[in-house]
Amino acid sequence: MNARTGGVAATASRGGQIAFAGVGIELGGKTIIENLSFAVSPGEFVCIVGASGCGKTTALRLAAGLYRPSRGTVSFSGAAMAGPRRDIAIVFQDYGKALLPWRTAAGNVALALEAAGVPSAQRAPRIDALLDKVGLPAHGAKYPSEMSGGMQQRLQIARCLAQEPAALLMDEPFGALDAMTRQGLQDEVLALVGASGATVIFVTHDLEEAIYLGDRVIGLLPHPGRIGLDLEVDLPRPRDQLATREHPEFLRLRRELFDFIRTSEA
Amino acid sequence: MIADRAKPFVLPLVLVAAAEIAARASHLQSDTLAAPSEIAVALAASAVDGSLLVATRDTLLSAFAGLLIGAAIGLGAGLALGLVDILDRALEVTIEAIRPIPSVALLPIALIALGFGYRMEIAIVAFACVWPVLIFTRAAVRDVEPRLSEVARALRLTPWAKATKIVVPAALPRIFVAFRLAAGIALIVAVTVEIAVNPLGLGAAIMTAQQSLRPALMLALLVWIGLVGFALNAALVLAQRRLFGRFAPVEEPR
Repeated sequence: MNARTGGVAATASRGGQIAFAGVGIELGGKTIIENLSFAVSPGEFVCIVGASGCGKTTALRLAAGLYRPSRGTVSFSGAAMAGPRRDIAIVFQDYGKALLPWRTAAGNVALALEAAGVPSAQRAPRIDALLDKVGLPAHGAKYPSEMSGGMQQRLQIARCLAQEPAALLMDEPFGALDAMTRQGLQDEVLALVGASGATVIFVTHDLEEAIYLGDRVIGLLPHPGRIGLDLEVDLPRPRDQLATREHPEFLRLRRELFDFIRTSEA
Repeated sequence: MIADRAKPFVLPLVLVAAAEIAARASHLQSDTLAAPSEIAVALAASAVDGSLLVATRDTLLSAFAGLLIGAAIGLGAGLALGLVDILDRALEVTIEAIRPIPSVALLPIALIALGFGYRMEIAIVAFACVWPVLIFTRAAVRDVEPRLSEVARALRLTPWAKATKIVVPAALPRIFVAFRLAAGIALIVAVTVEIAVNPLGLGAAIMTAQQSLRPALMLALLVWIGLVGFALNAALVLAQRRLFGRFAPVEEPR
């Protein structure tokens, strides 16, 4: 938290809290991303969209420090990333694989607290508060296998919030969920992020989801991944599933994004 | 329902009945065979005079002690090899050279070094039990869901925390399957060592019965060893279900 609040002023001049500068990466002998540059300001909610194979997920992993760039730099609060950091949390799409099946919901949240060295006496109240926050009160004793997909993803989000992240990276977190569950979680994520002030990079293939959630939508072009579009989303907050989606600006952005994706795939 | 449950027992019972009828009809006099009823009587008699229990205790003591020592070594080595790549490559040839040695082939050396008795038998059982646990553990550690390894990285878990909080719990169901496999091997090797040289336990008892021309007792001991092995595996299967039922491991071929 200190890094974030203390770093805001210093990093703003260097172009953002999370900054990609001329980033390129090869994986398995293939160039996945080339010359990718963008910056995300503290507290900003940026969505990344693009055709499959455009390197959305790779970009997110670079931001998380899980990959090292082959060229260029990824920096956080002005310093080059040397690897994963506890104040950057990543929510994976496949919640079923990212949770520990042998630990209860409370135990899964506890993992992040154990990693951060929180004394065991302080863990229980924080776990309760976090489960409460993501809408899973009274589910602490359940195992992931006893929970629905939506509940498991909420649990993974709770574990990430336990890191008290300055930045939250989300990789198609609702891609595997049904439409109703997805809309409910979109609003919950907006509320949680609004309350914590965390910076968010949210990867999705759902264009409307990107506009609905984001302050900004970045469209990537494939082969190799690079920026093709960078849209400001000037829609009032709090967003509303009906009113926002019927807003003329929403429809205009939607048209622009669909056109972009169509031409990028052609 | 009852008929369904009874079905698996029909064939063995028919075979036992047939053996009994054949033995009586032919007025069996043999150094190798005995009627099922005689076998049952011999088994009951050795149970009553206590010799069966002493022999069973000796065999199980050696088998379990060897199993625990061997499994502990296999577990430790398997974890180390699965987690540390350099170690695995450094030891690969050595392990593959030692592993194929049949445990019983160590008998002559073990006999010179340790003499007759429990220690020698335990050492050989332990040697036999190291390998399945080592191989399964190493594979289980390697196969831990890559996403969980990323979670460990993202949370910046220390290598020790990653091993104890992620890798071992994730691998545990498969390690237990290996332990079950090793338990079966432990019993086989213990009895084999007793039959070959060691004057202890069920294996020695079966040899004594054979040499004193008591086929009924010899076969009774054979049946008993089968029952002990069956009970051991059933108990471990039950324990496996109790411990890991919620996230049952993929069953390995036995």
